[in-house]
Amino acid sequence: MKKAFLFLPLFLLAAGCSSSQTWGWYVINPTTESGWTNIKFLISGMGATIQISLIAAVLSIVIGLLVALPGLAESRGWRLVNRIYVEFVRSIPLLPMLFWVFYGLPIVFQSMGMNIPIDPFWGAIITLAISDSAFTAEIYRAGIQSIAKGQSEAAQTIGLNYFQTMRYVILPQAIRRILPPLANQFIYVVKMSAFASVIGMQELTRRANELVVTEYRPLEIYTLLVFEYLVLVLIISAGVRWLERRMGADERG
Amino acid sequence: MPDAAIELVDVNKWYGTFHVLKDINLTISSGEKVVICGPSGSGKSTVVRCINKLEKHQKGTIRIDGVELTDDANSVATIRSEVGMVFQQFNLFPHLTVLENLTLGPIKARGLSRKEAEEKARHYLERVHIPDQAEKRPLQLSGGQQQRVAIARSLCMEPRVLLFDEPTSALDPEMISEVLDVMVELAQEGMTMVVVTHEMGFARKVADNMVFMDAGEIVEQGKPEHFFTNPRSERCQKFLSQILQH
Repeated sequence: MKKAFLFLPLFLLAAGCSSSQTWGWYVINPTTESGWTNIKFLISGMGATIQISLIAAVLSIVIGLLVALPGLAESRGWRLVNRIYVEFVRSIPLLPMLFWVFYGLPIVFQSMGMNIPIDPFWGAIITLAISDSAFTAEIYRAGIQSIAKGQSEAAQTIGLNYFQTMRYVILPQAIRRILPPLANQFIYVVKMSAFASVIGMQELTRRANELVVTEYRPLEIYTLLVFEYLVLVLIISAGVRWLERRMGADERG
Repeated sequence: MPDAAIELVDVNKWYGTFHVLKDINLTISSGEKVVICGPSGSGKSTVVRCINKLEKHQKGTIRIDGVELTDDANSVATIRSEVGMVFQQFNLFPHLTVLENLTLGPIKARGLSRKEAEEKARHYLERVHIPDQAEKRPLQLSGGQQQRVAIARSLCMEPRVLLFDEPTSALDPEMISEVLDVMVELAQEGMTMVVVTHEMGFARKVADNMVFMDAGEIVEQGKPEHFFTNPRSERCQKFLSQILQH
C-alpha cells in the first residue's frame, strides 16, 4: 500500500508529460535557445544560495558555540543568559525576523548615529545565522553534556584551564556526536535561504519567481526549483557522510 | 607542623541540606602516605576531591604548602600544579594516544616543548612498566594498564602530592596487583600520597597514617599497627571485621 503512494507522484508526472495541455516543458527545454537561456537564468541563483547558506551556517556554528558555553556553566546567571537567548531566538519565525533585520535594523543603527546599510545579502545571512544559532547552541550543549564529567575533571587535574579543556579534551570528543545534527541544521539553512527572495536577494527562489512572472509557467519552473534544492541537499549529505567516515576512521586508528 | 604538605582545618561541606563532611581535621606531612577507608557514602572521596578543588567546601580551611585554597584563580592554579589525581574510572582521554594523554598537560599547562614532554612521558611510562604502549589508544589497553597510564599522566605534571580516589575499585581482580605494585614503588620513592581504598594489604604495607571515616566524620585515625590490631571505636571495628574476614 505504501509503495502505491510512492508511485503516485511519478504517475502524475508521466500523465502530465504526455498531455501538452497541462505541462509546457518548452519553457525549460535545454535543446531550444530560449529554454536554455531560461535554465541558465534559473541556475544562476545557485551561487547566491550557496554563499548565503554557507556563510550563515559558519556564523551559526560559531555563535552557537558561544551561546552554548554559558549554558554549561555552573553559575546560574550564565545559564540564564543561555536560556533567554535560546528561547527568545527560536520563538521568532524566520520571515518576521528577516523583515526586522532588513527594514528595522538599519533604523536602529541610525538612531545610534551609525550609518550601516543592510543589503539583501547580509540581511539574509544575519537573519539565518541568528535564527539557526539557537538550534546549533542546543546541539552543542547536548553534545558536550554527553561527554562524561570525568573527562573535564581529569583535564583540570593536569592543569588545563577552561578553554584548553574544551579545545583539547571535550570538543574533539563531542564533535562526532555534534556533527550529524549540525549537518541537519545546515540543510535547514539551505532551505530557509529561500526566504531571502522576499527581500530581493537574487537567489534560486527569486530567479524562479521572476521567470514565472514573465513566462507564466509556474508548474515547470517550480518543479525545476525543487530539484535544484534536492541536488544541493544531496551534495551536502554526501559531504557529511564522507566527513563522518573520515572522523570515525581517525577515532579507531 | 611546619612541613605540613596538606592541612584541613574544620572542613565542612553540604550538598543542599545533606551534611557530607563534618569538621574534618587532617594533616598530611610531606612524604607521608595516608590511607582513607570507610563505608561507601562516608565522604572519603569527597575529602580527596575537596583537596583538589574538584568540589568546593563551604566552611573551614584547606591549605596546601601553606597556600590557602580559595576561589581565586591563582590559588586554584597553584593547587593544580602541586596536586595530582588518579580516578577510579581512569578518565583517560580516549581520542588521544597514550603518549598524547601524557604530554597534553606538560605542553599546554607547563609550556614544555613537544620533545621535552615526550621524553618525560616515556620516562614515566617506563616507571609504570608499560614503555611499549605509547602509540596505542587507551581503550586498546587493559584496565590495569589504563590505570597505570593514568598514574603516569599525573606523574608527568611532577606533583608534590598524589591523590588516589579508589584507584583499583573499577579493575578486574587479576589487574589490581599490577596497579598496587606501582603505587607501592611510588610510596617507597617518597611521594606524598593520599589514597582512598579498600585494599587493606596495600594500606598495611605503605600507610603512615590510617584514617577511618563514617557518615562524613573522621571517626578514627592512627598508625596502621594500632589501627588494624586495636581500633578504639566500635564503628571502625565493625568495618574492619567486615572487610577483613575473607
